[in-house]
Order: sequence, then structure tokens, then C-alpha cells
Amino acid sequence: MLPEKLRSVSVDLNNDASLLIDIPDALCERDKVKFTVHTKTTLSSFQKPEFSVPRQHEDFIWLHDTLVETEDYAGLIIPPAPPKPDFESPREKMHKLGEGEATMTKEEYTKMKQELEAEYLAVFKKTVQVHEVFLQRLSSHPVLSKDRNFQIFLEYDQDLSVRRKNAKEMFGGFFKNMVKSADEVLIAGVKEVDDFFEQEKTFLLDYFSKIKEATAKAEKMTRSHKNIADDYIRLSATLNSLSAEESTNYYIIKFCLKLFQNFLRVCLKKVEGRVASDEELKLTELLRYYMRDIQAAKDLLYRRARALADYENSNKALDKARLKGKDVSQAEEHQKRCLQKFDTLSESGKKELTNFKARRVVAFRKNLVEMAELEVKHAKNNMTLLQGCIELLSGN
Amino acid sequence: MSKKTTENEGKSGTAKAAGPTFSKPTEPADIFTEEAAATTVPRTSNTVNSKANGVHSEEDLFTEATVELSLDSPRSSRKNEETSKPSASSSSSSLSAPARQAKPPPAALEELEDEEEAELEDKFDVLVSVKDPEKVGDGMNAYMAYKVSTETTLPMFRNKLFTVRRRFSDFLGLYEKLSEKHGPNGLIVPPPPEKSILGMTKVKVGKEDSSSADFVERRRGALERYLQRVVNHPLLLQDPDVREFLEKDELPRAVSTQTLSGAGFLKMINKATDAVSKMTIKMNESDAWFEEKLQEVESADQHFRKLHALVESLVVHRKELSLNTANFAKSAAMLGSAEDNTALSRALSQLAEVEDKIEQLHQDQAAYDTFSFAELIADYIRLLGAVRGSFDHRIKAWQRWQDAQAMLQKKRETEAKLLWANKPDKLQQAKDEIVEWEARVTQFERDFERVSATVRKEVLRFEVRCETLKIFKYQPAQYVFSIFVYFSPQLIKYWEAFLPEAKAIA
Repeated sequence: MLPEKLRSVSVDLNNDASLLIDIPDALCERDKVKFTVHTKTTLSSFQKPEFSVPRQHEDFIWLHDTLVETEDYAGLIIPPAPPKPDFESPREKMHKLGEGEATMTKEEYTKMKQELEAEYLAVFKKTVQVHEVFLQRLSSHPVLSKDRNFQIFLEYDQDLSVRRKNAKEMFGGFFKNMVKSADEVLIAGVKEVDDFFEQEKTFLLDYFSKIKEATAKAEKMTRSHKNIADDYIRLSATLNSLSAEESTNYYIIKFCLKLFQNFLRVCLKKVEGRVASDEELKLTELLRYYMRDIQAAKDLLYRRARALADYENSNKALDKARLKGKDVSQAEEHQKRCLQKFDTLSESGKKELTNFKARRVVAFRKNLVEMAELEVKHAKNNMTLLQGCIELLSGN
Repeated sequence: MSKKTTENEGKSGTAKAAGPTFSKPTEPADIFTEEAAATTVPRTSNTVNSKANGVHSEEDLFTEATVELSLDSPRSSRKNEETSKPSASSSSSSLSAPARQAKPPPAALEELEDEEEAELEDKFDVLVSVKDPEKVGDGMNAYMAYKVSTETTLPMFRNKLFTVRRRFSDFLGLYEKLSEKHGPNGLIVPPPPEKSILGMTKVKVGKEDSSSADFVERRRGALERYLQRVVNHPLLLQDPDVREFLEKDELPRAVSTQTLSGAGFLKMINKATDAVSKMTIKMNESDAWFEEKLQEVESADQHFRKLHALVESLVVHRKELSLNTANFAKSAAMLGSAEDNTALSRALSQLAEVEDKIEQLHQDQAAYDTFSFAELIADYIRLLGAVRGSFDHRIKAWQRWQDAQAMLQKKRETEAKLLWANKPDKLQQAKDEIVEWEARVTQFERDFERVSATVRKEVLRFEVRCETLKIFKYQPAQYVFSIFVYFSPQLIKYWEAFLPEAKAIA
């Protein structure tokens, strides 16, 4: 089981005992991650009360896409798909490490390698978390949790890849994305009839661009922290080899350097490194996640706007039909359907967006509080460690 | 200066190019005082056991230099307790040390046997400081003038307290004179900071940004430490050029300082290394000490260059972090203004403010990294270069001796030939020349031995000296202190202030 603090981003998930989902472990083979999805349920719709299945990242994407393309869910915010596991950064580092091996001491190399492994682990944990949250969002949604494909995803003990490779679905998805970008232009132009949605649209568009910006800047900040942590590692390794020098005449230097290097290793590396990853989890991940979530909310708006456009077009068509006196009843039917669809979307959309707002506020609160508490804890930790180092340094 | 010029107060007058000046923490001084007290040794005894720094008896040369250390520390740490503090604006406060009058180095190794350990009481101090950089003139002819203040009890100076204005080229000029005079004798002449065309151009052009302020402050600190080392050296202090530099109101402009540009200096040192490495093979076994020592120095140089590069990288990254934090703060503020939930909006604005304050902390820490670390390591690398320079002079002295011997041999052969050819008139000339060269050989051999002894002494002095100690013992402690005393508590304060805002989100 992954520690509690990693489930940082969403709240109020996975506490409905009727359907509990988690990812207790995962395997990393090269760049492919195999997740073990574990379900515990009291619902009769499932064959067993508890079961686990292996799933790949592509399976999650398949699930997400099928949900997006389900007409019935047009009025819902579909939880954003988890991003592909990205081992690019540690891989790049590994490459650099390999190149620089000749110029480094053995100790330095070992240390850097350890750091690299830690980074791989961090990426790994992050990707597990984000996949887990995706499933938990679904399981806690009153409508989506009942989705047939979701059930298949959780239960089907065979490989899902056959379903995934359904060319039609893939093509459909591609087409969908193309249409969506055209939609964005359309949406901006459509006259909004409802105040609530007008406000939401303005808010979400503005908020999205701001949160995107904030995410990018937070990522840069976190990367800087990591760079500093790396510098401290290399510094401490160099000091180590310096202090290991044979020269007896520099024994005092050796001694002091050893102390100093210990100080670096113990205090700063640990603390700086941890500050970097905690900050990343709480702040950057939070921002990243809600950026994607807001995109999903925007998608809802687009779908609704398209329904509105369809409705308006159907009105025009009805008028034309009435004018021509042909196919009037067909046009009337079509118009009624469009209106119905639009109303359904509006109603459920309103509910979803209101819930979304509340959820966002709660998540931000939780993460900001936790981040502040962690920062304080680390700074205090730092001081305790430093106290020890000072005593060590001065006592000799 | 109407008040006592301790290093502390001197520094506070300096232009604040980087970060705050920290008030002296009580902890480091106390700890070091205790340590100093524990290792104090009565200085009056001048038996074989009292190995005070600077002057060594013959035995000292062959015993571990480490023993000197315990006796050295009281002096240096006592000075340290008065003047040490983790100052971001100048880290040279810890590098001051009393200069003492010492006897001139003995001419030959044998004479050291007779030398008394008559260490004169250390009542005479010379404290120098370099402060208040001021831009003089405009455009490309502009330069920075520094106030050089001296406080001393030595009778050889006209006053106890005096100040002069000097510019960078004056410092370089002093170095050149000292290096010309004393270098060939095997003295390790402290090196000044390098010329920097880029750095100075920015200043001249009037670019009033933090990087040029940083540059001036780095240079000021380096110049101060340089001068301090010069006056700490008992021999150099006696040099009239030094006195003139400190005392004279107007100095003639030093013009021939081209060789001392950063690249030029480096080239000079590299040439020395090549020469030395070629020659050491030819030298005989009794010089094993020099060979080993040189290897140590070179390996230390390699390591420290690496260290310096890493610390500079740290400084760069910290500056980046500061910039990225500032940018994030801005974007968080924007996000807060877009947020429609009031409490969350306020919390996000607060977050932006906290990050802004933290950015300032990062800036200060970067400055601190620079001044407390990178600069001292750079100093040390320059000093190592000077050590290698002294080895080079020793080689030159050896070469001169060898050349003279070769010449003498030639002259003798010439004489033999003339005898055989029976040319009496030329013969007398040949005989005269032989006498001349025999004298030269003797002289050069003595010179070589004298230089060798000096180099040996200088190297031991260097190893044991404050520089070594200060960089490696007290700097790490100061660095740690600064974080302990200043940075971490601030961080805690900021985040604890933010917490209630975050909790108020509803």
C-alpha cells in the first residue's frame, strides 16, 4: 500500500465502502508500467467481492476515451486521463551520468546513481498515484461508477488490448479531437442564454490560462530545487575524495572537510531533496491535476455549447421546413430532441460544475495546508540536524 | 575613522552589494573561544618545544607540520573570535591575523641549526581593510577607487591609523614589485585577484545592476584578503614598497600590469608547472620532499578547481531558483485574482507573498554561497598557484647553478686546450674566467640552497597558516551557522504565518 501522503491531490475519494479501488503495487519494465488494480466491492453487479487485475497505461486511456465518447455522459465532467508515465527526466540524467562517468570519482558516481534511482522511484510513485486517483474519481461518481466499460476495466481478467485495438474507436477518438478544436472557436462565438454558464465560461477560460502558467512556473521552481540538491551531492562527493587524500600534511583539511562533507550529506542533501519532492507533490501536482480537470470542465462546456448550436440549427431547420411545408414533423422531432439534449446537458452540467468548484476548493485547502506544514517541519528538521553538525564541527 | 577599526565595523560600512550583514552570532565565538583557551600554550618559552608559526628551527622542518597547528590556533582563533561573523558582504573578517616581526630567513640550511626560536612577542598588529569602493570618472576611463585603511601599533609606520585611496592597478603594481623582488628568493608572494575585462566594463559603462555590484563586492573582498596576507608575512611587511602602498598619499600609476590579467596569470602558472615537471626528473633524491610536496599541491589544485566549479554551479542554480520562485509568486498572485472563492483567493495571494519573501532568502543565500565559499576557494586556488610559482623559482635557481657548472666545465676545457696549443696570452684570460666561474658556481649553489630552504619554510608556513585553517575550519562552520541562525528560522516564520491563511479556506 502506498503511503497516505502520496494521495495528495484529490479528496473525498475512496471512502464509499460499496466500491473501493486502489493500486497496491506496480511493476516497472523498462518504460512500461504494469499496474495492479485492486477492487473491493459490496455491489452485486460484480462477480466477486474482491479481485485484482493487471492493467497498462493504454487501458486507462481506452477507458477514458470510451467514457468521453459516450453520449449519455456528455453532461458530465469526465475525470482527466492520467498522463503517460514520463521517465524522460531520469532517463536523460542516466544518460548524462553514463557520459560523465569517466570524470567522476567512484564515490561520486555511486551517489549520483543512488539519486537517479530515487528519482526513478519518485516518478514511478507519482504515476501510480495519478492512475489511482483517476479510477477513484470514477468510482466515487454516482453515474460513472455504474458504467459498463468501467466494470469491464476493473473485472475483466484477460488482456484488454484486443478491445483497445478496435480501429473504429481509435479513429473515432482522433476525429473527436479534431472536431473539438473547431468547437473552441465555435464556443467563443455562441451566444450564451444562461447567466450561470456565461459566468462559468468566462471564469474557466481565464482560470485555465492562469493555472497553466502557474503550473509551468511551479515546475521550473521545483526543477531548480532539484538542481541544487544535485549540486550538494556532487559537492559532498568531491569533498569526500578531497578528504581521502593521502597527504598527511593536509590532515587538518582532511578532517574539517570530512566534517563538512558529512554535514552536506546529512543535512542539506536530505532536506533539500525532500523539500523538492514534497513541494512537487503538493503544489506542482495539485496545479497540474486541476489544470487537467479544468480542461475536462471546459470540455463539458464545449459539448453543451455544441448542443446549443445544434439546437439553434434545428430551430433554423424547423423554420425552413415550415416555410417549405415539407418534413415539418421530422424537423419538429429533431428540434425537440436537440432541446432535450441541451436541457439535460445544462442541468447535469450545472450540478457538475458546482460540485467541481467545491471539490477544487477543498483540494487546494488540503494541499496548501499540508505543504505549509511540511515546509515548517523540514525547516525545523534542518535546524536540528544543523545543530548536530555545529556541535560536531566546533567540538573538534 | 574616529572609532576603533575592527573588522566588524569596517565591514558594515561597505556597499551592500549582496545580502544582509549578519550580527555576530554568539555561538561560534563562544565555541571557538573555548577551544582556543584549551589549546593556549605559554608563548614565552623558547625551547625546542615552542614551535610558533613563521619561524622554524631545523628540527621543525623535519617534523610533522601538524604539531604547529595546536599552537597556531590560539593566536588565529583569538583573532577570529574578535572578528568572525558570517558576513555576506565580506568573509575576510575571519582571515585577519596579527603580523609579527620575524628574523629574515637564514642564508643556508646550516645556519638554521643555530637559529634561536626567539619569537618576538606578538604585540604588534597590522590590520588592513579595503572598503568604500567609489567610481571615479566616467565612461571607459572610469575606475573604482578603494579606501585602504591601516590600523597598527608598529613603530615603523608614521601613524597608528591612516587611510589612503588606491585603485585596482595599484594593487597589481604592488604585487609585481613584490614578486620581482622576493619571488626569486623562494617566497610565496600572495597573489592578487585577476583582472576582469567583462566585470569592469559593466561597471564602467554604468550598469547599475546586482551583477556589477556583486562584482565590485567580490573584488573588494579579494583585495582586502590579499592585502591582509601581504602584511601577515613577516618579510613582506618589511618591504618599503608595502609601507609605501599603505601610507603614501599618491602612488605613481602602475602601468605594466598586463601580465597579470587572469589569462596571463594562469599562463604564467602553467608555464611554471611545465618547467617544474620537466626538471624534477633531473633533480636528485634529496629533493624528494619537494617532489612530493609539489604533487600534493598539484593534486590539491585539481580538486579545488573542481570544488570551485561545483560551488559556482550551486550559486548559479540558487540564483535560478530565486528567479523561478519570483516568477511563480507572480503567477500564483494572478491565479489568486482569477479565483472566485474569496478565501482561496486570499490564500493564493498570501502564497505568492510567501514565495516572494522566500525568493529574497534564496538571493541572500546565493550571495552567501558566493562570498563565503566560492571566493575563498578561488583565493586558495590562486595561493596554490603562488606555491607552484615558488617551486618554479627554486628550479630556476637550480638551473642557474647547473648552467654555471656547465660553463665552468667549458672554461676548464678551454684552458686545457690552450695549454696544449701553447698560447700563453690567451691562457691568462682563460684562468681568470675559470676563477670567475668558480665563484659563480659557489654563489649559485649557495643561492639554490638558500632558495630551497626558503621554499621549504614558506610551504610549511603556508600549510599551517591561517588561510588553510580559516578556509577549511571556520568557513564551513560559518556557513552552517548562517543557515542555522538566519535562513531556516526565517523559512519557518514565513510558512507558519501562511498556515492559518491556508486553513481558513472554506
